[in-house]
Amino acid sequence: MKVATGKSILNGIAIGKIRIYKVPERVINDSLIEDTDAELERFEAARVRVQDQQMVLYEKALVQAGEDAAGIFMFHYSLLDEDEDLYEAVNEIITSQKRSAEYAVKTAFDNQADVFSAMSDPYFQARSTDVIDVENDVLDVLMGLDTMSMQGTEPAILVADDFAPSETVKLDKSLLLGMITREGSSNSHTAILARSMNLPTLIQCKDIEDDWDGKTAILDGYNHCVYIDPTDDLMESLSKKQQEDIRKEALLQDLKGKSSTTIDGKTIRVYANIGGPSDVGAVQVNDAEGVGLFRSEFVYLNSKTDPTEEEQFNAYRKVLETLAPKQVVIRTCDIGADKTIDYMELDHEENPALGFRAVRICLTRKDFFKRQLRALLRASAYGNLAIMFPMIISVREVVECKAILEECRQELKNEGVQMGEIEVGIMVETPAAVLCADELAEEVDFFSIGTNDLTQYTCAIDRQNAKLEPFSDTHHPAVLRAISMTIEAGHRHNCWVGICGELGADLSLTETFLRMGIDELSVNPTSILPLRKAIRGIDLRAEG
Amino acid sequence: MKEFQYTITDPVGIHARPAGLLKAEVKKFASSVQVFKGDASCEAAKTLKLMGLGIVKGDTITVRIEGEDEEACAEAIEAFFKANF
Repeated sequence: MKVATGKSILNGIAIGKIRIYKVPERVINDSLIEDTDAELERFEAARVRVQDQQMVLYEKALVQAGEDAAGIFMFHYSLLDEDEDLYEAVNEIITSQKRSAEYAVKTAFDNQADVFSAMSDPYFQARSTDVIDVENDVLDVLMGLDTMSMQGTEPAILVADDFAPSETVKLDKSLLLGMITREGSSNSHTAILARSMNLPTLIQCKDIEDDWDGKTAILDGYNHCVYIDPTDDLMESLSKKQQEDIRKEALLQDLKGKSSTTIDGKTIRVYANIGGPSDVGAVQVNDAEGVGLFRSEFVYLNSKTDPTEEEQFNAYRKVLETLAPKQVVIRTCDIGADKTIDYMELDHEENPALGFRAVRICLTRKDFFKRQLRALLRASAYGNLAIMFPMIISVREVVECKAILEECRQELKNEGVQMGEIEVGIMVETPAAVLCADELAEEVDFFSIGTNDLTQYTCAIDRQNAKLEPFSDTHHPAVLRAISMTIEAGHRHNCWVGICGELGADLSLTETFLRMGIDELSVNPTSILPLRKAIRGIDLRAEG
Repeated sequence: MKEFQYTITDPVGIHARPAGLLKAEVKKFASSVQVFKGDASCEAAKTLKLMGLGIVKGDTITVRIEGEDEEACAEAIEAFFKANF
């Protein structure tokens, strides 16, 4: 048995196999090249690709960790802008020094990182790691390295020198038992991730050795150390301690398994919003009663080419199977001009929020839409699926979506494919949908109100523009009235109505929504138990 | 030409996220926006250069705006500094 010490981020014990998370060495060829134009083109393609990746990471981090933590990816994105010095520097090195794109990127980014490292203020010094992070992303694209596979496929305690912000976002959290890093501070991204996930983590562990890989270990957060190949006695006593922790946590979380019912007996459903199969663990841990919004964008954003029906089917099936018999509402492709994807070849737009996005793309590109619908219908045999169409403004669109869905169903039936019963619904996120809610409700089984876009479109306030903050009011009476109108219209036509936007988790509005008659609230997994607690404390018989 | 002075109150100075937002703000205008800290200066729209000036809390900087829409631009940029830095 070996013992190594470090600094523990939180009290807790992790037991499992060690996996050394090692980035493959990036070997840069520094020989002269002939075709500089080809290298310039390679850099340009990689640059655009990494900018897209940063946007995806931004969106992902926004969901997982909020605006403050996500902001760093906007910074990464801007590092690669054409009007920044780095862009010029890379192009210059390729052209005048006749070197490969890899060499030029490495040289230019390392120089920029040195500039930050040499600054006196610690905040600016730390930005050098951001520059290196982006450098590595660009190099990985240029060199075709797949860093995603380094985590392995088994649950493990991951050991690394440190995790870059983009790495912490990319990690599959369901396979993460704990983390040990050689570097890192209590404010590093590793530490932030550890706290947000309640994950036993040891940083500044200087005695990490490569031959730990695959060995059994106990990370003891209480005593700031890790035991490699622990003795049986130690394994027994610390397993007991771990079980005890779990029991305590269970006491704290005694709301799990209880229904979301008010004091006077009204029960609503509390569902989770998720962004991909990797979030399914969080749904279960937090005891969501279902999934109210499964953003299907991940299948498009995580893919280099248009995902096939088979790829999509596998992703949807995995989620449905794992969560069955819980209901899973999957929103069809909500890609827009602001989330551009190379292979979709979308034009640049002046006003993307009001542009060619979501169902508008799907109804224009029918084959693309049908691939997703066929994948969804095939997956429906494995669980409790509901399909939801986003950005609806008219009955005509819903009728068309349903007709294409029916066409897919007939095709699959003729092919002899098994399918399950599904509910069909729409996002209500435009004022047009609110005002036509009665007619729309006749066409569907449910409404899910997307309060983020509904607020943006109702108040004409750009969500992305920080300058508008003084004018924005998340509790704007117009938005609350729109929600109330939608619920009433839905109920007139036997439609259940939920909220899947951020307002759903706003505890100051929970009673208001209950009084309006809401049937379901879908929130981020970590908000589920607090929301259930709030619901269980409300008495609707009392004066509102 | 328009000019204003501003003393940074943000605890981390001109940092990554708002520096990116500043770039977007500057690009709304035709005018050029130059930031001076002591002898050093750079264009406000060049995020990396701007961060390279290492502007921290308590620093007083001068911002110079020059161009056809300098009047409106100066007003917007000054408001941006007050709100973000």
